[in-house]
Amino acid sequence: MFVLKHRNMITIINGILIAAAFFSKWITGNMSIFAWLMATASVLGVLPIAIQAYQALRVKVISIDVLVTLAVLGAFAIRNFEESAVVTFLFLFGAYLEQRTLNKTRTAIKELTEMAPESALKHMDDGGFVEVDVDEVEVGDVLLVKTGAKVPVDGTVISGEGSVNEANITGESIPVAKAKGSKVFAGTILDNGTIQIVADRVGEDTTFGKIIELVEEAQDSKSEAERFIDRFSKYYTPVVLVLAFTVWLIWRDIELAITILVLGCPGALVIGVPVSNVAGIGNGARNGVLLKGSEVIRDLSRLDTIVFDKTGTLTVGKPSVAERIYYGGDIEEALELLASVERESDHPLAKAVLEEIGDRAFYPVDGTEVVKGEGIIAKVRGHRVVVGNFALMEREKVGLDEKARTDAARLEGNGNSLVFTAVDGELKILMGIRDQIRTGVKEDLFRLRKLGVRNLIMLSGDNQGTVDLVSHELSLTEAYGNMLPEDKSAFIKKLIEGGRIVAFVGDGINDSPSLALANIGIAMGGGTDVAIETSDVVLMNSDFSRLPHALGLAKATARNMKQNIVIAVGVVLILLAGVIFGEWMNMSIGMLVHEGSILAVILNGMRLLRYMLRKDTIQEKGTK
Amino acid sequence: MKSATIQLETLVCPSCMLKIEGALKGLNGVERDTVKVLFNSSKAKLDFDEEKITLAEIEGAITRLGYGVVKSTVK
Repeated sequence: MFVLKHRNMITIINGILIAAAFFSKWITGNMSIFAWLMATASVLGVLPIAIQAYQALRVKVISIDVLVTLAVLGAFAIRNFEESAVVTFLFLFGAYLEQRTLNKTRTAIKELTEMAPESALKHMDDGGFVEVDVDEVEVGDVLLVKTGAKVPVDGTVISGEGSVNEANITGESIPVAKAKGSKVFAGTILDNGTIQIVADRVGEDTTFGKIIELVEEAQDSKSEAERFIDRFSKYYTPVVLVLAFTVWLIWRDIELAITILVLGCPGALVIGVPVSNVAGIGNGARNGVLLKGSEVIRDLSRLDTIVFDKTGTLTVGKPSVAERIYYGGDIEEALELLASVERESDHPLAKAVLEEIGDRAFYPVDGTEVVKGEGIIAKVRGHRVVVGNFALMEREKVGLDEKARTDAARLEGNGNSLVFTAVDGELKILMGIRDQIRTGVKEDLFRLRKLGVRNLIMLSGDNQGTVDLVSHELSLTEAYGNMLPEDKSAFIKKLIEGGRIVAFVGDGINDSPSLALANIGIAMGGGTDVAIETSDVVLMNSDFSRLPHALGLAKATARNMKQNIVIAVGVVLILLAGVIFGEWMNMSIGMLVHEGSILAVILNGMRLLRYMLRKDTIQEKGTK
Repeated sequence: MKSATIQLETLVCPSCMLKIEGALKGLNGVERDTVKVLFNSSKAKLDFDEEKITLAEIEGAITRLGYGVVKSTVK
């Protein structure tokens, strides 16, 4: 529609006419020109507002436009052209500023959705590749991805090689090498190389599609409080209308009636909370934290207890060599012999050993004998090599001196599994292997405490001894071992019944009952489907360090919403008091304050886009 | 029955949302209870009976209110 399309132009002309009116009044003192100019400005300015009011009424909605239109008509009726013109200008200009600032609050999420792939090079029957819209790609289609292009769908590489930047999905920006058989994900970027893929999942079913859908739903999800405000505003505007009419009928005071109409606009109240919500969720999306809606933000901000799964959450999740100690000489040869023997085994400890000592010369191994639960004995280059635990050393009569025994006791005390290596009956190497604590976890837990989480609890299927060690090192509040998944969920249920607000942090695969049961389920999912679907908060790329950010952000967002509600309600109360007690209140001031309060809540919400954890919580100041 | 997702030009005021919602719910052939207008993502989602109403007619109802339609997808 012409008028609505040129709203901005109308706003400008409207403003110029008003300026010209004031100019002529002050310079020439000509009141009739002043009145004419103001009247013209009013008519022009009210046009787009009135059209929208009419449309709203047609679908039985009493919108702000309706209130403003009536107010302007009222001012016109009592020939107060100055008021009517100024009100239309403030309303139009305010709406323009609102749009500009509101777009800003949405940028973070927009950036995310704009990363979605748009087109694909599809293999046609004639053998060539043709560019098609990504919506036209179906499962099973063969697609070509060139250097610099976005992978259009989730698929499997069938030919070619390349490296892909998967930052969009995992948050990790180091390129990942892809060759035939590798999985690739929609929205990731092929840094170099050319690959052909077959589409496994398309459109909204891709991991990226799911993330976008989740974030989009989240930014428009409504909390209890918001739904209340929605209901409230549905009845609020009609009530204001009735009130204004009553005032007019009883006191015959049009001036007061139209002032009430303008003051009654519920602007800041309805927009304040959604603005905080969208900015907070947008900040999270930018920083690898997916928050599923405002309900989640509210619960997360009130959190007092976090329950962690041990393996894969607080610890790396697979055993690695924590320490190695050498005895005697010829260590290089001993390491080569050890590598040759361990290569024969697929025991997890053997894998950890190989990973630690890396690529070496391997020698043929003869007469391998696996002693169940103890280790391996084998002949390599004429040496008898024995690799295994303490029991195997005893059996093979390997002499352990005082130092070796002390080392072994200390390593075992620290929760390590021991791997001794003896060559021809003489001890050469001792390795301590354990599932190590993730780097930085200690600092992160410290930050969580600073953010007000009182109870940090660990539950694990591991034995109590190992659990106690980890718990002690991380100074956790409580830690329990020998827990089956159902024990964990029962434990969480008890905590919740005891009035705690509980978050559960797990890998999202074998802990889904606990994730679902906790007030907040937090999945450490590298963008896996299960993690995305079962949890309330997803930490991208399994990055534990995002957890403090998530918590801090939720608190900041919840605080921001409260501030906005206070601003909105406060403004209404002040205006109301102004009408009742003050002489200074009129329609223009009312509109100015009203628009000002809307901009205030939007700008306040925008602060969330820049939210980062404060320095003092990032740098650990010693342990507590 | 089909479900449509209509991407609108950026919605600015929450009352725009109510208006679009009201207009869509009033259309014959649109399932009233499925109409959902998302404020922040500026999208309308709804189910409709393709024998009673076309997507073009639904889009028309929105553009008549003065809001632009950017893109629609039907499943």
